[in-house]
Amino acid sequence: MTAIRAMSAAEIAGPPGLPRLLAGVTSADAPATLDEHLSVYGLLPSPSAVDLTVLVEASGLLGRGGAGFPTATKLRAVAARRGRPIVVANGTEGEPISGKDKVLVRYLPHLVLDGAAAAAQALGAREAIVAVSRTDREGLDALSAAIAERGAGLDKRVRLRAVAVPDGFVAGEETALVQFLNRGVAKPTFTPPLPFERGVGKAPTLVQNVETLAQLALIARFGSDWFREVGTADEPGSALVTISGAVAEPGVYEVALGTPLRELVALAGGVTEHVRAFLVGGFFGSWLGEREAAEASLLEADLRPRGAKLGARAIVVLPTSACGICESARAMRYLADSSAAQCGPCIYGLDAIARWFERLSARQRLDERKQLTRWIQQVRGRGACSHPDGAAGFATSALRVFAHEAEQHLQGRCEAKRQVLPTPAVAR
Amino acid sequence: MKRVRVNPIACEGHGLCAELLPERIELDEWGFPIVDPEPVTGEAARHAARAVEACPTLALLLEADIRT
Repeated sequence: MTAIRAMSAAEIAGPPGLPRLLAGVTSADAPATLDEHLSVYGLLPSPSAVDLTVLVEASGLLGRGGAGFPTATKLRAVAARRGRPIVVANGTEGEPISGKDKVLVRYLPHLVLDGAAAAAQALGAREAIVAVSRTDREGLDALSAAIAERGAGLDKRVRLRAVAVPDGFVAGEETALVQFLNRGVAKPTFTPPLPFERGVGKAPTLVQNVETLAQLALIARFGSDWFREVGTADEPGSALVTISGAVAEPGVYEVALGTPLRELVALAGGVTEHVRAFLVGGFFGSWLGEREAAEASLLEADLRPRGAKLGARAIVVLPTSACGICESARAMRYLADSSAAQCGPCIYGLDAIARWFERLSARQRLDERKQLTRWIQQVRGRGACSHPDGAAGFATSALRVFAHEAEQHLQGRCEAKRQVLPTPAVAR
Repeated sequence: MKRVRVNPIACEGHGLCAELLPERIELDEWGFPIVDPEPVTGEAARHAARAVEACPTLALLLEADIRT
């Protein structure tokens, strides 16, 4: 039997340096099998051998889904509730410019399942659900095959299952995910209760991003000191980053937190054109001008003073052949159309902001800038989820970084030769 | 101490709250309430209670102010 033949983690040292997570990728075309997975990482230690929450706390692991919430705090919050908890691994990744969770689920399903099972065992949960977008057939197939391969032996008492979730930017928001699992509606809910208070089937529910759980699976094996060998004291460990746009080799890379942005660009084969700006942190993130990004590092502590955030670490390199205003207008329209359409300020506010950008993009006469600024301020904090806040942050950064192009548009000029940001059509 | 909060999913923008509690609520240009999160006391607290009762969709809430 595989599990018995495989070496335990104690016999296998944690990967020195990088990659860590991606060290388990054995083939560019297929998910790592259980044998391959175990030969790289060994078995998870028995739940009775480690106090996972203490280990995770010492590791300083922060959630990798975008919000960066301390994982140990979430574990403790769920553990403190009455009733048997449930674990949900969030691999929905609705962000159009992020691919790291899909890579994890497709290539390293066992690492994700290890993390979900380990968290479930630590909390006394009997069920762990891995949620993936229903458009991600490869991910669903990889998970189903991996769950079948593990059989009943590996994850004592924890039942693992994969669930297909509707596509969409907001469907992966954690209350939306919980509501979908409860009653098939993938839209955010008013809080409280938060999922840790009352989640799936009313049980205290731990919702964690799949990368967070994959990191947790490594911490359970190799410990918190090993985890802290890379990264900084406050933002320790490695992280997956998705980089696209004007680079030679766009894709998903694993880097130490704190890595300079220019090193990531070099890792991705360097730039292919002159660079105008960087979008950092996905569609909920911010634009950074080429010059201000030159010194930036992949660290919240470094980006915060620059008015940006790392979020789920999706980065787009915008070349000078693309126009920041036109790109932002399309992204704002995508964000407005991606609203769950439940809250008035999000429905009307984001649409108004998107229209303003669209008129500027089309070089039409504009309403007053003052009005736009007011809309941006007004939508913040007025939705059930943070969708309007994310969109407002994006719009603010576009106005700041592309002020010069905005002026040119007002004078009827635009330098756009091509489009860069992917803005999928939104079914409404 | 209590403060008012809106459930934005339930709110349909009827706007009664802004008439009954002008001390804390104004409407945006689409008729949805913008709420001042400052706690309500005295007369404002009475107005708040009336506004909560009058909301046709029960979207206005009077909550314990957890910051105090």
